[in-house]
Amino acid sequence: MSRIDVAFSRCRAAGNTAFIGFVTGGDPSLAHSKRYIQAMADAGADVLEIGVPFSDPIAEGPVIQDANIRALAANTTLDGIFGLVGELRQEGYSPLPLVLLTYLNPVFHYGYERFFSRSAEAGVDGVIIPDLPFEERDELLPAARAAGVDVISMIAPTSTERTERIAREATGFIYLVSSLGVTGVRSQINTDLDAIIQRIRAVSDVPVAVGFGLHSPEQARQIGPLADGFIVGSAIVKMIAADPQAAEQQLHKYVKEMKAALGALDAAGGTTRAPNM
Amino acid sequence: MSQPASKPGRFGEYGGQYIPETLMSELIALEAAYEHYRQDADFQQELAGLLASYANRPSLLYYAERLTEQLGGARIYLKREDLNHTGSHKINNVLGQALLAKRRGKTRLIAETGAGQHGVATATAAALFGMECEVFMGREDTERQALNVYRMELLGATVRTVTSGTETLKDAVNEAMREWVSRVDDTHYLIGSAMGPHPFPTMVRDFQAVISAEARAQLLEREGQLPAAVLACVGGGSNAIGSFYHFIPDTEVRLIGCEAAGRGIETGQHAASVAAGETGVFHGMKSLFCQDDQGQIAPVYSISAGLDYPGIGPEHAWLASSGRAEYVPITDDEAVAAFELLARAEGIICAIESAHAVAYAIKLVPTLDRQQSVVICLSGRGDKDVAAIARYQGVNINE
Repeated sequence: MSRIDVAFSRCRAAGNTAFIGFVTGGDPSLAHSKRYIQAMADAGADVLEIGVPFSDPIAEGPVIQDANIRALAANTTLDGIFGLVGELRQEGYSPLPLVLLTYLNPVFHYGYERFFSRSAEAGVDGVIIPDLPFEERDELLPAARAAGVDVISMIAPTSTERTERIAREATGFIYLVSSLGVTGVRSQINTDLDAIIQRIRAVSDVPVAVGFGLHSPEQARQIGPLADGFIVGSAIVKMIAADPQAAEQQLHKYVKEMKAALGALDAAGGTTRAPNM
Repeated sequence: MSQPASKPGRFGEYGGQYIPETLMSELIALEAAYEHYRQDADFQQELAGLLASYANRPSLLYYAERLTEQLGGARIYLKREDLNHTGSHKINNVLGQALLAKRRGKTRLIAETGAGQHGVATATAAALFGMECEVFMGREDTERQALNVYRMELLGATVRTVTSGTETLKDAVNEAMREWVSRVDDTHYLIGSAMGPHPFPTMVRDFQAVISAEARAQLLEREGQLPAAVLACVGGGSNAIGSFYHFIPDTEVRLIGCEAAGRGIETGQHAASVAAGETGVFHGMKSLFCQDDQGQIAPVYSISAGLDYPGIGPEHAWLASSGRAEYVPITDDEAVAAFELLARAEGIICAIESAHAVAYAIKLVPTLDRQQSVVICLSGRGDKDVAAIARYQGVNINE
């Protein structure tokens, strides 16, 4: 069982929804990213995504675009991010699932085989590539499989009849895009997520994590029970941008609050949602 | 020869559909609609009617006698896309895509623009078809091409100034894609060059191929033989692929794309994707891109806003790698000199983009003999560039 499988099984058994946090690697430095990841993991985050900065992140809203600019200004490279993953593995975070979110060009440029073997070596469990749709995956899938790294599939509200085809082939978890548009905090999600998740579950046992626009405990209480995972990106990056020093503690507190809203036992020992045991 | 056997939407290894999942269903629907309408007599008739009665086609193939005499060598013919309605070749593609969007029930067009020619053409078609229109333009370009911004607004379009990244054409494409992913139902993204995810490179090429279909027939009528070379400037490459397309099977005809070398390839301040780029994946396609050693897209530079783009359409990448077409770098200085030479020799003020093709002709033509001819695609007119050229020459004019 992969680290990703173990984490989702643990959440399922405990009757809560996995919290998946995102940081842009190297924003504002790799040393900061490490502390943010550790703070979120210590607070109960189940999976962490590390964004590989890219010059032109076309699926991102302004918050993560700016984080990419800061990380590139700090000279963050793919090798630097592999180094960060390696350090986390050595420093007591060995079971923590770590997933890279990267645009395809840095991976293509690095070389698919080299990228995936370095990923496996460093301890990367999966990759999310927003500009690599299902039809184009074949060019890197053999290298990913050989290295044992999951290529996370994305499904969108517009996927319609593509949904089942993508879900059947998915491994690790499925990234369900909550709404049209780019990343960024939204006050309301109007997509019928339940219906899409039903379609996915009819053909696949792979956990479904919802992302794009999610940030609040209210959303966690609403959407959490439908899904296996709840992904927060821009809200975390915003906290980091506002105050890189205070962010470590704020993230710890935020993740605890979110995990509680997602049904985990909270710090006081009570539950906000009855575990399904 | 025009397209090697590979997956649909592929030109050898280049092309493809590297785009977020949210857009995939729309791209597949667009591809199906395009496949349908390209064979639909009624659609083709309506488009041909618009090209003739609205866009002023066929465009002239003009024998540039004075320029030929001055340079000595092959006879120079100019394919006058600058005489089209809206002043450039962009209208050919825009009318095709806007008509397709209208038939698909879309009510809103979005577009990116560099020099503003594509934005103006899109705003024009939106006005003609009664559609809503938003044009994304980098802040630097809104300054270099202020006249075109106002022109688009006159036509009823909203111009969205893009302040992210390098604030030029690449960033305008990024923002247009972000807008499209946010509102795909009623909106068609009218990509202006032979680039982006499939089916755009093929569709844009087909709509622009009218240039070479006309030029080939016009030249054969005048000269009784094929040209020695066809020259066109290349940014994303739509006027070039349109100028080349019907000559591709004529292997004795040299196809020459003229890239923006800016201040010189060696300075790093250029936009020459073939000369200095590498294979990569960006803006929905696998092609050649200017990028750094980490696969980050490089900031590019050219005096010409329309060529100031870090990539090239996938069919060009394939024509370059297969050797069927040549791509040559032209500096700002060479382009400006050609711009001025053409103005004085022929009384034609061409776009600074097109002047890159004229600049290479100045080098090539004297090496050929009088029995031969060359065709240069004059992709646009240069009114928009007059103020910038004056600035470049240190002349202070009141705009």
